[in-house]
Amino acid sequence: MPSTAMKKKVLLMGKSGSGKTSMRSIIFANYIARDTRRLGATIDVEHSHVRFLGNLVLNLWDCGGQDTFMENYFTSQRDNIFRNVEVLIYVFDVESRELEKDMHYYQSCLEAILQNSPDAKIFCLVHKMDLVQEDQRDLIFKEREEDLRRLSRPLECACFRTSIWDETLYKAWSSIVYQLIPNVQQLEMNLRNFAQIIEADEVLLFERATFLVISHYQCKEQRDIHRFEKISNIIKQFKLSCSKLAASFQSMEVRNSNFAAFIDIFTSNTYVMVVMSDPSIPSAATLINIRNARKHFEKLERVDGPKHSLLMR
Amino acid sequence: MALQFGGPGPAGANEEPALIGGSFGASDAFPKDFGYGEEEEAELEGGSGPGGGSGVSGVAGGGPGGADSKPRILLMGLRRSGKSSIQKVVFHKMSPNETLFLESTNKIYKDDISNSSFVNFQIWDFPGQMDFFDPTFDYEMIFRGTGALIYVIDAQDDYMEALTRLHITVSKAYKVNPEMNFEVFIHKVDGLSDDHKIETQRDIHQRANDDLADAGLEKLHLSFYLTSIYDHSIFEAFSKVVQKLIPQLPTLENLLNIFISNSGIEKAFLFDVVSKIYIATDSSPVDMQSYELCCDMIDVVIDVSCIYGLKEDGSGSAYDKESMAIIKLNNTTVLYLKEVTKFLALVCILREESFERKGLIDYNFHCFRKAIHEVFEVGVVSYRTCNHQASTPNMKVVTHNGTPRNAV
Ligand SMILES: Nc1nc2c(ncn2[C@@H]2O[C@H](COP(=O)(O)OP(=O)(O)OP(=O)(O)O)[C@@H](O)[C@H]2O)c(=O)[nH]1
Ligand SMILES: Nc1nc2c(ncn2[C@@H]2O[C@H](COP(=O)(O)OP(=O)(O)O)[C@@H](O)[C@H]2O)c(=O)[nH]1
Ligand SMILES: [Mg+2]
Ligand SMILES: [Mg+2]
Repeated sequence: MPSTAMKKKVLLMGKSGSGKTSMRSIIFANYIARDTRRLGATIDVEHSHVRFLGNLVLNLWDCGGQDTFMENYFTSQRDNIFRNVEVLIYVFDVESRELEKDMHYYQSCLEAILQNSPDAKIFCLVHKMDLVQEDQRDLIFKEREEDLRRLSRPLECACFRTSIWDETLYKAWSSIVYQLIPNVQQLEMNLRNFAQIIEADEVLLFERATFLVISHYQCKEQRDIHRFEKISNIIKQFKLSCSKLAASFQSMEVRNSNFAAFIDIFTSNTYVMVVMSDPSIPSAATLINIRNARKHFEKLERVDGPKHSLLMR
Repeated sequence: MALQFGGPGPAGANEEPALIGGSFGASDAFPKDFGYGEEEEAELEGGSGPGGGSGVSGVAGGGPGGADSKPRILLMGLRRSGKSSIQKVVFHKMSPNETLFLESTNKIYKDDISNSSFVNFQIWDFPGQMDFFDPTFDYEMIFRGTGALIYVIDAQDDYMEALTRLHITVSKAYKVNPEMNFEVFIHKVDGLSDDHKIETQRDIHQRANDDLADAGLEKLHLSFYLTSIYDHSIFEAFSKVVQKLIPQLPTLENLLNIFISNSGIEKAFLFDVVSKIYIATDSSPVDMQSYELCCDMIDVVIDVSCIYGLKEDGSGSAYDKESMAIIKLNNTTVLYLKEVTKFLALVCILREESFERKGLIDYNFHCFRKAIHEVFEVGVVSYRTCNHQASTPNMKVVTHNGTPRNAV
């Protein structure tokens, strides 16, 4: 039902070769990192509509970054491009030799945003971090982040370091889509109740197609602060290996003596992951609990529908 | 652990480039000391520690090396052919794109992986140009204790020089130790079309064997593999190389056959968890895709366990006695992973309807696991008595499994 769908315009900008098409192909079109080597430069703007969580539609504008196109965006296409933007994602190639020029384009972009969509959220991705020596990454990112923050004023920007070769990409995109999900608090509250009732250590909710984490609740301190994006990456990779066999991934249970984790289809738009550490709770009990919660969360999603369309008017 | 071979002294010759230590992508996080926790006590584990007798150590030594020499795999080839990359990807879980940072190796690098892997062998990464006439280079000593020599050829490059070196190397090695397996990896085939791959393999095969024939070495057998670190072909090739060095292989296959036929399982692989080499499978044909899926499952299981399955302070181990996993696909396929030993996991592929009898499967698995433990204990004995044939332990399994409990 496209009529009730809530469309959000997302601009992807940055110089040619910085990796815009690569990252969106990995997150939304099931590419693996290696496949992106075959991508050609994007000519002008490529639009794609990604249905996310049922009735949210991300309207991605992947703006080819060659100079001639860029100049056009700021002049003849200015209104068209920069109007009604919800999110601007600006991608910087960390290895770029033309920092000054990159910054110049970035600022022109901000100017146009300030005029046309002053409420847009801005994300800067310092990309291809894999090309930087491991021990340099923190330092370089800190520097870039500071520069970007300063140059963005009076607008606020959130900076992420990313690479298509590891899970950092999922961290950035999770934060981006999180901004766009309506009623995310309600979702979180329900997830918390669910986690507490079933005595889970942690519960994660993933969008079904991208496996981005859209909500989570943790009852017990966890060691690994990067675990959400890691899990997204791990499961997404596995999902892709399954598709090579023309099969699709449905559920999994993994355990050792310290934990048991269950990942399962949840609602029509989500997967859930439940992490337990109490060995006295049998798998079957947790699986039944997940099944029972399904109906509840399904309802929650359906209730969301009409509300969105109201917002649209 | 890493010694410089033929050098003046054993000190500090570890050739590992500085970068590697910290460069594992976080998603590939696989603790370097990955393995069971220290508190292991059970039957097999007790004996299979470093220097212990059970694994395949000693058994597949090949040649007159003696009981204490480990079966060795040598990795040789021209500079930049991909040797270090192979070793890092297969045994250290490095992601393929990270190999671009590898520095060139200019000393022999002895990588002893016997602490983390079932396969108790060493990878010797040779620098490309090796001079057999260098008096400090005691190649006879090296070849004598070697189980398999892997020669890596870069298929994306001109390989004439590589073929010349291959010939010199294998003929030298053969003279010293004719028992050795000679394995040729036609490597980096990810850049080649399917036709080109076949043509390259045919050409290399032809030329290498012609050279051997001209030298009167027809008896020297070369095996060829098309490999790339960017897909599973390198793991599959390594699996075959390693399988040839496991004298208990027929017994393992036999046990697997019995186990799957009594449990309604379609395919089962016995994996070395750390390297994803399968050391045995049942005798039904292996299709690459199933193997790949099982490899990917191991990745998922270990990665998830590294995140949630360690103790609060990060100690303990991701893979332990209670490790197990079940993955269900939408086409009624079930993947079932169970811990077998400290280093080994069984991964089974079966249908959902067979999985309904999980009690039966688990019971049969219990028998299978016990038999495997016995096989490797017996393995030590059979080395001494030169008798690797199926012996009592698996017979017991037959009887257990032959009378499945239908109660489930
Ligand atoms: N090393 C590395 N390479 C990357 C990364 N992301 C993308 N690339 C490579 O960068 C190249 C260019 O990527 P694209 O996604 O086509 O760049 P783009 O920003 O869409 O370029 P235009 O369409 O011309 O604006 C491709 O060869 C990608 O494989 C990354 O994180 N690390
Ligand atoms: N395309 C491709 N490149 C590879 C493969 N294996 C290794 N390489 C690359 O080959 C180069 C040389 O590898 P290295 O392991 O250092 O070679 P060594 O000198 O034999 O140890 C590195 O840049 C690797 O990334 C492969 O399977 N495919
Ligand atoms: Mg593009
Ligand atoms: Mg090397």
